[in-house]
Amino acid sequence: MSLVERQDTIGQDSAVWDGGMGSVSDYVALLKPRVMSLVIFTAFVGLMLAPGSVHPVLGAVAILCIAIGAGASGALNMWYDADIDEVMLRTRKRPIPAGKITRDEALAFGITLSIGSVVTLGLLVNWFAGAFLAFTIFFYVIVYTMWLKRSTPQNIVIGGAAGAFPPMIGWAAVTGSVSLESFVLFGIIFMWTPPHFWALALVKNGDYTAAKVPMLPVVAGETSTRHHILAYAVLLAPVAIAPYLLGFASPVYGAASAVLSAIFVALSFDIWRKREGDAAKAACWRLFKFSIFYLFMLFALLLGESLVAGVLA
Amino acid sequence: MAEENKGITLTDEQKKKRRSRSVAIALVLAALVILFYVVTIIKLGPGVMDRAL
Repeated sequence: MSLVERQDTIGQDSAVWDGGMGSVSDYVALLKPRVMSLVIFTAFVGLMLAPGSVHPVLGAVAILCIAIGAGASGALNMWYDADIDEVMLRTRKRPIPAGKITRDEALAFGITLSIGSVVTLGLLVNWFAGAFLAFTIFFYVIVYTMWLKRSTPQNIVIGGAAGAFPPMIGWAAVTGSVSLESFVLFGIIFMWTPPHFWALALVKNGDYTAAKVPMLPVVAGETSTRHHILAYAVLLAPVAIAPYLLGFASPVYGAASAVLSAIFVALSFDIWRKREGDAAKAACWRLFKFSIFYLFMLFALLLGESLVAGVLA
Repeated sequence: MAEENKGITLTDEQKKKRRSRSVAIALVLAALVILFYVVTIIKLGPGVMDRAL
């Protein structure tokens, strides 16, 4: 009989306990694996682009810690937002609203992984990167989830910074500091996040209204949101091309990012132009889907160039 | 006199889920032990193996 199996009674005050029903896959779902995959990819690009080198095992440890830290943020987000997730169709099947994991279990899981990922990154890689990861978790959970999300229609704009930090942490894992180049990587994701989410929010407006989340379309209206999407798309373009302009990406990246940004602006203009019915909805979906491809391509190009440069060197 | 059971009795389903979680935690802990060992060797270099007896 193993130690963990020895005691089959828990607590003293109640005969019914609704916890303990989460399977391993439910806990994995708490980590928001799809968001985590983007975090892993962008952090890896930051790590590869940074000057200098890091032992491959330490690099892998850094990416693992950043991924677990992001997952912990996701778990804490689901702990706090369980009431919202229960109302919204998109999030109703998450482990807490589905009754598989209790809020307390998610809180304990999130805190444990947060501390574990920060301490491991600090001890094994460097403490600047560890502190940066701790700040990112704090920013996502406290600043975005607990404060901004329910209080301002600019929630995505400022909260988006949390999703933009991973490439900077990857960079910091190698150099022990941040630099202009890593700020540009941050800037690309930071400027990309609002139009990406607002395109989704326009389609899912009813969901956010029902959950009383003050997303821009709910508070300022759909017309204002369309103005914002177009403005951010135009502002995003120079930031996306900046790696070439600042000299740490090749003309190939410069040309590709210019073409991709032009398509991004064109699709945003399409949303701005089509305001009613199925055509409007289709335009939003087109930008939402393209925006994911757009960000992936920008970072994949930067990664490809750094790999080619490494081989040639 | 037998001790009165005041706690919660887990259902079979809860016991089954707990067992799978326990196995997952054990695997993660084992992986962490290996990871810290490997990183220690990497950080200290191969010289850690080469010491006077």
